Amino acid sequence: MNIPTDRKYSREHEWAKIDNSEVSIGITDHAQHELGDIVFVELPEVGAQYRAGEVFAVVESVKAASDVYAPVSGKILKTNEELLTAPEIINSDPYGSWFVVIEMSDQGELEQLLEAGEYSEFCKGE
Amino acid sequence: MDNLLKTPLYDLHQIYGGKMIGFAGWTLPVYYSSILEEHEAVRTRAGLFDVSHMGKIEVKGKDACGFLQRLTTGDVGMLVDGQAIYSLMCYPNGGAVDDILIYRLGLAHYYVVVNASNTSKDLQWMIQNKTDNVEIINVSRDTAQLALQGPLAEQILQGLTTVDLAALRFFRIQGDVNISGINCLVSRTGYTGEDGFEIYATPEQATALWEAILKVGSPVGAIPAGLGARDTLRLEAGFTLYGHELAADITPLEAGLDKFVKLDKADFIGREALAKQAAQGVARRIAGFEMEDRGIPRANYLVECGGREIGFVTSGGYSPTLKKNLGLAMLEAEYAEEGKRIDVIIRKKRQKAVIVRTPFLKRPHRNKGKEK
Repeated sequence: MNIPTDRKYSREHEWAKIDNSEVSIGITDHAQHELGDIVFVELPEVGAQYRAGEVFAVVESVKAASDVYAPVSGKILKTNEELLTAPEIINSDPYGSWFVVIEMSDQGELEQLLEAGEYSEFCKGE
Repeated sequence: MDNLLKTPLYDLHQIYGGKMIGFAGWTLPVYYSSILEEHEAVRTRAGLFDVSHMGKIEVKGKDACGFLQRLTTGDVGMLVDGQAIYSLMCYPNGGAVDDILIYRLGLAHYYVVVNASNTSKDLQWMIQNKTDNVEIINVSRDTAQLALQGPLAEQILQGLTTVDLAALRFFRIQGDVNISGINCLVSRTGYTGEDGFEIYATPEQATALWEAILKVGSPVGAIPAGLGARDTLRLEAGFTLYGHELAADITPLEAGLDKFVKLDKADFIGREALAKQAAQGVARRIAGFEMEDRGIPRANYLVECGGREIGFVTSGGYSPTLKKNLGLAMLEAEYAEEGKRIDVIIRKKRQKAVIVRTPFLKRPHRNKGKEK
């Protein structure tokens, strides 16, 4: 299972790549593998505010719809429109397929996220 | 998954990398590689499914035909040896007990294939309504069942037997077919909308049969396929799934299965209620629809028209072949007409859809030609 060390992870299998206060968010290799073929993505509006743990996007595989949770609180700065027309890239490149960029409102929330090694252990325990 | 039943092919599914899930009390692969790949293989080449979980019931005895005539909506009396019909068992109120396949294997000998999740309920219903001179035997666990489906199915299977499969027409079954040294019952049926076969053998020989078919099939692109593809394939073909389009509280007429309900044959359980419903016209009916807005319809999503609730989605999903989002819905009859516009409520938002004709995908090559 591929888990890059340049970002942090949530227990709901999202990754968060931090660039100062801007955090790009996607789903992990483990998540895409569990979902199977992804055929649909619903993204939030730019400017919308989310609290950590809230559902900000939906990803659907052939079988079912799954919620995607915001790992940190903040305002949506950008959304990756490419996912709307080519959702399958999440399967082939989960760590390159960012869903949104959030302007983080509380740096302290990063403490709650897992480092790559911790996330790897977390996945084994599931 | 410890309390789930295992098919004779369970170990093989592990070897082939099947992602196992619980389904109707069984542990079965939802996919091996990917639902999309397996779906495409069946539409363009061939896919091999383990469908050993299906319930299988033998009905024998002097009055077997009369019993099945009274128990089901189809005309069992019309069957000749080696022929099958799709039929329904109904309650007196017209609601469906199950949808089934009935094969006539011989005089006074029928083979009934039922939905896995309904097997014990169906058996009980059959025994409860049993008449004299009829024997009902549950052979579900004594028989493995594989489905080889796709345009190359005949070519692949023909490579393993001397029996002329081109002569086996759609909805016909043949016993004592020697496939790679294994004695099988072979039926030209399936649940994918493609040409193909369902093959019955003993549990002990299931593994050898699976491997023999893939050995010949792999070079031409046949792959194992799981429950996920089985569901996307049947949805494209517009086939009913019990518990979705058909249920104890959904009659065959509401499910749009009118042609399988022979109201003019001798009396059968549910006939009176169904005849009345047919005369009055159904108040609600299953219809196919295609999404116009973005969003994937899923079972139980509500359907509205002009802000008023008019029904619910019974099955829905992404169609890998048509690359559209499709569904079946139970709708007030006046809306269940081609071209009518509806709103599917997806995550609290109204998303536009239009009623279309089913099957969504019409496939050739079902070998329906005249018997030689």
